[in-house]
Amino acid sequence: MSWHVLLDFRLVPSPEPAVLIEALVVRYGSKVAVDGLSLALPSGAVSAVLGPNGAGKTSTVECCEGYRKAAAGRVRVLGLDPGTDGAALRPQVGVMLQEGGVAPASTAAGALRAMASFYRDPLPVAPLLERLGLSGLGRTPFRRMSGGEKQRVKLAVAVIGRPALVFLDEPTAGLDPQARHAVWDLVRQLREDGVTVVLTTHLMDEAERLADVVAIVDEGRLVVSGSPQQLTSDSAQSLRFQAPPRLDTESLATALPTGTRVVEGPAGSYRVDGDIGPALLAAVTAWCAAHDVMATSLSSGSRSLEDVFLELTGRELRP
Amino acid sequence: MTDRPDNRARGSLAPRPGAAPVWTRVTTQTLTEVRSTLRNGEQLLLTLVIPLVLLGGLSQTRVVSLGSGPAIDEVAPGILALAIMSTAFTSQAIATGFERRYGVLKLLGATPLSRGGLVTAKSLAVVVVEFGQLVILVVAAYLLGWSPNGSWPAAVLLLLFGTLAFSALGLLLAGVLRAEATLAAANAIYLLLLLGGGVVVPLDKLPSPVADVVRLLPSGALGEGLRDVLLHGKGLSAVVGPLLVLLAWGVGATALAARTFRWE
Repeated sequence: MSWHVLLDFRLVPSPEPAVLIEALVVRYGSKVAVDGLSLALPSGAVSAVLGPNGAGKTSTVECCEGYRKAAAGRVRVLGLDPGTDGAALRPQVGVMLQEGGVAPASTAAGALRAMASFYRDPLPVAPLLERLGLSGLGRTPFRRMSGGEKQRVKLAVAVIGRPALVFLDEPTAGLDPQARHAVWDLVRQLREDGVTVVLTTHLMDEAERLADVVAIVDEGRLVVSGSPQQLTSDSAQSLRFQAPPRLDTESLATALPTGTRVVEGPAGSYRVDGDIGPALLAAVTAWCAAHDVMATSLSSGSRSLEDVFLELTGRELRP
Repeated sequence: MTDRPDNRARGSLAPRPGAAPVWTRVTTQTLTEVRSTLRNGEQLLLTLVIPLVLLGGLSQTRVVSLGSGPAIDEVAPGILALAIMSTAFTSQAIATGFERRYGVLKLLGATPLSRGGLVTAKSLAVVVVEFGQLVILVVAAYLLGWSPNGSWPAAVLLLLFGTLAFSALGLLLAGVLRAEATLAAANAIYLLLLLGGGVVVPLDKLPSPVADVVRLLPSGALGEGLRDVLLHGKGLSAVVGPLLVLLAWGVGATALAARTFRWE
């Protein structure tokens, strides 16, 4: 009987990842942009590739879009090789480039109509414009649009062909909060309707709010990946505060229960890891009072993606 | 974007991927390219206004003494050559250079149109624009009293081979240089070839060592070939030389462009 169970189990198709990257290496001359990155991004979810500028996010995504050749490693998108199966892949994938993509003289409707003509069953242009708040642009050429309008036109161009998967490279870069929310709304709607979304960002809150899966990359390598909840809550809680730099952290640690760790970094920012509770909080403030130290911005709680990045790379994530 | 619209009422974004037939993709892109050429004032100046002004000007005033017959007969073939050069080379190089700069070529390469479809559409768009130019210029030349003779098939072949050569050269330029450098170089080459490249001024008006070199330029081959046919009434066999020159430039530049063209 047991082999029946095994067989049944094996017959259930495990959902294949939408994007599978194995030991990817990308080089520009002697510069290594992506250095052995492996990553699996699930189908039907929003995945965020998060990292500082120059981390290799765009190079990685451009390998998936078929723009770059891998120096080593393997990329599969929807089960296809972007390098050799481009003709089969391109109709299924929508692309929003970080830089440009729309002719400066194009109107929003003109750009969308031209793009729609390449697809078998595109979205109707007018409702998509309305959904993104672009209906009022009329004959305004792309070059005269605001940054937020341009970004939304590029997003509309990426989704007009009803793709199964969209790559959005820094979709909210340089947007005001209102325009950013318009983009986020559309990304959420895409996921709700079953479209797989892969976006790159250097914004922690964007990844934290929008993504089902976050892959943190740095210097061309995967640092860690998982759901934002997994990444931020599977470690002990911590207490953070600001104070003058170079406090005697060892002295503070000895004043606290054993097993408590105190680290400074960057200078003037302190983090206390351990069993965070009222007693520990009182002990920290008592030590500060005894040493005439004014602690400010004191907070406790689970760490943010920012803390995760700092902890794993030793550096701050800054655009 | 003040109130959040009910997205459900606006239709689903659910995936329904698929490409339109290749014919639809290429023809719509061709029309897009033609429209953008016609909407661009500088391109129209280059492709239509300058050839028309030169056609009228040179046929009415004998600023440049070209020969003994009616001036329009000598001027018209060169103006047709100029029209080909302006559209296939200068105008296409400038437009393509800026499309590369603005990421337009890059994005289209990721759509079902693909890079191959884009190059096809660009070539068709050049032919469509040229057809319009030639109709207008030929009608204008007839109104100015042009009486061409010679073999029309030979003339059409020269125009096609000239288009191939100049298109390939235009794309070669646009695929390597920055957009501004392409703009400057395409205009400078246009002007140089217009003045001394054998386009409008016949080779026998140039010093003979210069003429021997210019004969091997695509401009000289096209201009002289068209004059041989439409002015001197020669047939196809007489223009095999110019046709081969144009073919060599076309094949050479295409091979080079295919290897050097940068899409972004």
